[in-house]
Amino acid sequence: MFKKFIEKSQLKSPWIVHLDCGSCNGCDIETLACLTPMYDIERFGILNIGNPKHADVLIVTGTVNHRNKHILRNVYNQMPEPKMVVAVGACGLTGGVFRDAPNVVGGVDKVIPVDVYVPGCPGKPEAIIDGVIEALAKLAELQKEGRKKK
Amino acid sequence: MYSTQNILLFGLLSILLAPIAGGLITGLDRKLTARFQSRTGPPLMQPFYDVAKLWGKERTTTNVWIAFSAWVYVTASATTVFLFFIQSDLLLILFVQAVGAVFLCIGAFAVPSPFSQIGAQRELLQIFTYEPLLTLVVISMAAVTGSFKISDVLAYDSPLLLELPLMFIVLGYALAIKLRKSPFDISASAHAHQELVRGVYTEYSGRYLALTEIAHWYEVVFVLGLCALFWTTNWMILVPLLIVTYLVEIIVDNGAARMTWRWMLPTVWFTGLGLSLVNLTWIYLG
Ligand code: SF4
Repeated sequence: MFKKFIEKSQLKSPWIVHLDCGSCNGCDIETLACLTPMYDIERFGILNIGNPKHADVLIVTGTVNHRNKHILRNVYNQMPEPKMVVAVGACGLTGGVFRDAPNVVGGVDKVIPVDVYVPGCPGKPEAIIDGVIEALAKLAELQKEGRKKK
Repeated sequence: MYSTQNILLFGLLSILLAPIAGGLITGLDRKLTARFQSRTGPPLMQPFYDVAKLWGKERTTTNVWIAFSAWVYVTASATTVFLFFIQSDLLLILFVQAVGAVFLCIGAFAVPSPFSQIGAQRELLQIFTYEPLLTLVVISMAAVTGSFKISDVLAYDSPLLLELPLMFIVLGYALAIKLRKSPFDISASAHAHQELVRGVYTEYSGRYLALTEIAHWYEVVFVLGLCALFWTTNWMILVPLLIVTYLVEIIVDNGAARMTWRWMLPTVWFTGLGLSLVNLTWIYLG
């Protein structure tokens, strides 16, 4: 029973850490807009916790380049399992308008596994919230599979 | 008077029930805070979801001291509540509570992360600020009732608030600092970004963060218990008194910005010591 409650809680309290790789700041502002009374992500139990060691969902905005890919990997590795990654914006998905620049690696999934892609330039706050909820749906699937295996 | 067995049973029960009460109060606090900011806010059960989720996370620690400190912190807080409900000595209770609070800092100091280090130093300053106030409150209770034992305080037949109104304000300061409400959320703050990330909690993760959260719930119950000692003769007044006190804390929390410890230490000490002095002189003369 306790295990069930933990699994339910994992879906009810996704704390996010937001990492700005080489974003133009457009996507970041949209991400932070989710915290305002207008969108109020806390009603889903989402907190912007700002600390990878406490977080469950990593939101990455912007292109990954050769310098910040190490930081991205580092932040990802510091998050304890189970964890989800949401890539936001055209840049986070593929490199966007910056993809041909010589220093750019490309999308986030070139460095770490990504669970949900939120398109847009920038991604809308509604879409970002939806992305996190989508990530939770995926986590719920994983939980079900894990139970079947046992 | 209750028998010893009954009191022990009561104490054990309080260990089980205090986290539930503390969690619900925290949930209500978050909901009300959200309402004040014209947001919908999380469900009432959110603190329990958070703790259960943290409990189920992968265990990663940089240092065994973190795990040890988290366990000592939660044990000490639970013991504080237990001692409080078996109506033990108030000074003893304060010491046990201080041990727990200090171990939270020790765990944070055990890791070289600058966020955790600065957070722990600020937490020590916060302890340093509220501890004398709590002691003064307890001493003035003893000055009125003639004993540090809670059972004797309970046996006193007129409400303490009438004789120690200023001490209640002092306790209010200590409460705000202990619960890290603005303007005193200096060592760690619950929401959004700040320059310290999560301050003293930065390096506690997963299960150990859950433990510190549970310890915090015990502390909420303990400080509200201390407030309750100010009006023990009548439930009808006691309960509204507690509700109003906590509501004022929440309103101040929402209305105030975070200050620095350089402001906190002198302000709180001078107001706290000043109010205590006036109140104690008044009792002494009266
Ligand atoms: S997707 Fe558009 S808004 Fe977002 S970081 Fe890239 S260029 Fe900026």
